[in-house]
Amino acid sequence: MSDSVSVRVNGKPVTVRAGATVAVAVLAAGATCRASVTGQPRSPLCGMGTCFECRVAINGEPQRRSCQVLCEAGMEIEANG
Amino acid sequence: MDSVRHLSFDVAVVGAGPAGIAAALAAADSGVTVGLIDDNPAAGGQIWRGVQSAPQNSASSIWFQRLNKSAVQLVRGARVFHAAKGELAAESDDSAIQISYGKLILTTGARELFLPFPGWTLPNVTGAGGLQALLKSGLDIAGKRVVIAGTGPLLLAVAAYARKCGAKVVAICEQTTRSRMVRFGMKMLLVPGKAPEALRFAYELRGIPHWTDCWPVAAFGSRRIESVRISRQGQTSEIECDYLACGFHLIPNLELPRMCGCRLESGFVHVNEYQQTSAPGIYCAGEPTGIGGLELALAEGEVAGYAATNWEDRAKHLFAKRARYGKGVRILKDAFPLRPELKNLARPDTLVCRCEDVPHERLREHGCWRAAKLHARCGMGPCQGRVCAPAAEFLFGWQIDSVRPPVFPVRCASLAAVPSHSAAARN
Repeated sequence: MSDSVSVRVNGKPVTVRAGATVAVAVLAAGATCRASVTGQPRSPLCGMGTCFECRVAINGEPQRRSCQVLCEAGMEIEANG
Repeated sequence: MDSVRHLSFDVAVVGAGPAGIAAALAAADSGVTVGLIDDNPAAGGQIWRGVQSAPQNSASSIWFQRLNKSAVQLVRGARVFHAAKGELAAESDDSAIQISYGKLILTTGARELFLPFPGWTLPNVTGAGGLQALLKSGLDIAGKRVVIAGTGPLLLAVAAYARKCGAKVVAICEQTTRSRMVRFGMKMLLVPGKAPEALRFAYELRGIPHWTDCWPVAAFGSRRIESVRISRQGQTSEIECDYLACGFHLIPNLELPRMCGCRLESGFVHVNEYQQTSAPGIYCAGEPTGIGGLELALAEGEVAGYAATNWEDRAKHLFAKRARYGKGVRILKDAFPLRPELKNLARPDTLVCRCEDVPHERLREHGCWRAAKLHARCGMGPCQGRVCAPAAEFLFGWQIDSVRPPVFPVRCASLAAVPSHSAAARN
């Protein structure tokens, strides 16, 4: 099993360690996760699935909590730039 | 269209942290069918998050080995959003899940209390446990400057962990007083098993400033945090940092116990000596019954698992162990009361509800949580008040009294899959 996994965050290739969450890939890409209802950039607060600040679109599906989803090779992640 | 999975267990355990794992294994000792259901991608809860990838050198490995060898069915990535008598409704990424059970054990764990201050919504301002969870999930923090703030021994654990991951921990800001902190340290040394842990932390944290009477006043930055202003023994100063990890105690996850009708006492699920709640056939163990940490959660979980399978003798054998680990809890409670100054950190325009961007001034004008929800949309976003309700409770003294299904935002298809008799049974 490979010890790293590559995904794309806003089209940009990012490699993280195997078992890393999508939230980690977003932060590694230098992006923030979502834009708040008034347009502020947000990133993970709780890291454990309760705060919903880390929402991104994964493979086209919006509103996914990125801290609760593990990276899979080739995932397309759309975050708030 | 989503598929619907149907599962049936003699004992269903919700929450696969240490308490849930211990409960599931104890219940499985009787040979009954046991389901262990968890929202996360892997078992372990928060304290054992991500450790399965390196099990050989962790204290948790024996539990994971037992779990992997057991007949317990682990249902991962499943959010339980509804509970009725004998039935749970959950949702995974691709399906709705109907779970029927004979006995239910709730081991839903805890989350952190976050307190609003100007700038707390900036990216890279995280929870204390939140930062640790991200590190366990693979975040690379090597060389980053980290300030850790809030209260309680969790700050020390997080600081030690962040340092081990290569972070430069600039300071630990503890809001409690120096005298309380010293008294806490002395008392913990007398609790069995805690002295080596305390000494280990002292060693691992050598050279890192640990300031008491110290808390964050404001965070600054354009797209992410760049510095934090702290108050330290009455003086303010500014520290540059890449991350601010901030947690003001753990608070129990009570959404499911509440929905199941379990009686609460002083903010925790009331249980008898067998970990049985006031709701028939429903047990509770770990942090929802009182914040007590790993060992206590394991002991409570085992008691619950045996009690739920009518193995009272085995449960009774664990009472002494459970009582021993219960000691540290009381010491913790006395040492870290939140100081009133923390109620005044939020400015009128500081957001309290991060989902709906509701500022403090829009909340303050209401007399209770319900009014604030109805008029200001506070707590009406996807987190359903998991962050802002406990903050509002602290800031305004409001009682947060209601919970209703679904306790997580879910897809319509998952809602539609809830049997109508089950949905009606609630009301």
